[in-house]
Amino acid sequence: MGLNEHLTRDGFVTTTLESVVTWAQRNSLWPMPMGISCCAIEMMAFGGPRADSSRFGSERFSFSPRQADLMIVAGTVTYKMSWVVKKIWDQMPDPKWCIAMGVCTSSGGMFRSYPVVQGIDQFLPVDAYVAGCPPRPEALMKALMYIQEKVSASKPTLANFGKDTGTVNRGEIITI
Amino acid sequence: MSTTFETIIAVAKAVTPNVTPVEHHGDLTIHVDRDHFMDVLAELRDNPRTKFNMLVDITAVDKNTSPDRYDVVYFLLSLEFSHRVRIKVGVRDDRMELPTVVEIWESANWYERETYDMYGITFEGHPDMRRFYMPEDFMDADGTQLYPLRKDFPLMGIPGSLPLPPKEEI
Repeated sequence: MGLNEHLTRDGFVTTTLESVVTWAQRNSLWPMPMGISCCAIEMMAFGGPRADSSRFGSERFSFSPRQADLMIVAGTVTYKMSWVVKKIWDQMPDPKWCIAMGVCTSSGGMFRSYPVVQGIDQFLPVDAYVAGCPPRPEALMKALMYIQEKVSASKPTLANFGKDTGTVNRGEIITI
Repeated sequence: MSTTFETIIAVAKAVTPNVTPVEHHGDLTIHVDRDHFMDVLAELRDNPRTKFNMLVDITAVDKNTSPDRYDVVYFLLSLEFSHRVRIKVGVRDDRMELPTVVEIWESANWYERETYDMYGITFEGHPDMRRFYMPEDFMDADGTQLYPLRKDFPLMGIPGSLPLPPKEEI
């Protein structure tokens, strides 16, 4: 019996609280666009009509970190900028996820030099690394879908609140 | 060598005969010694035949030789005549300072700070001789100040010399 029949005939369905909460969370991930350099252009394309992140409920780029739950770090992070990124990350409420978009963010990329942080995982918990310079919007979409999978697998009950209880590991490398 | 370049060289030579012009790929560079470069710069700005009223940039070159190690380079532009010249002044590694040119061009303020930050060359008489990009305590474990564009500075920097935010454990 499908969901529609349940709702139209009985007016209610029985399920677990976790299923409902993760269903709501994964289909309305609001990204914090931490667009620092050229990857941000591809991130905009990801929100545009062709890639269309609204299919995943993520079209609402939250320019306030307080309403965001997914930070997309798109660009070269310098040591000077790292404190700003961290400050914005700290303002996002739990539970929250982080995508390191592009090779600069993931590993320093071509900037093997003294002012550039060689990977933001030195100061942030990264859930997905997206390869590419810059990655195509499809790659970012795949990372978002990976985060959705991860949200589905998490256990957001009160006892686990704020803990990373997902069965999917942190630090998945996304390539297309 | 074009007549423009000959005019510029003549104006510089009128101040001191101790100048060495070099033309390379259509650009003129004049090497001046440190005792006369202030007079040459002021004359190039004020002389009606040159009118270099804009200082575009100041930087330095680390030649990694001793004792004649650095060249400080002044990029001048004349908005009226649309001609450019570079003035190079040698700085020895046992005397890492030059007089400031802030009195001649106001724009020298930040350029000299940047040059100081990157090479450690101080500019005497500068109103605000602080670091420009790097933190004031950019030094290694021994407390030696670091200057990143020097040739003996490692490309990847010195571990621990720049702070990172602490990582939260999950």
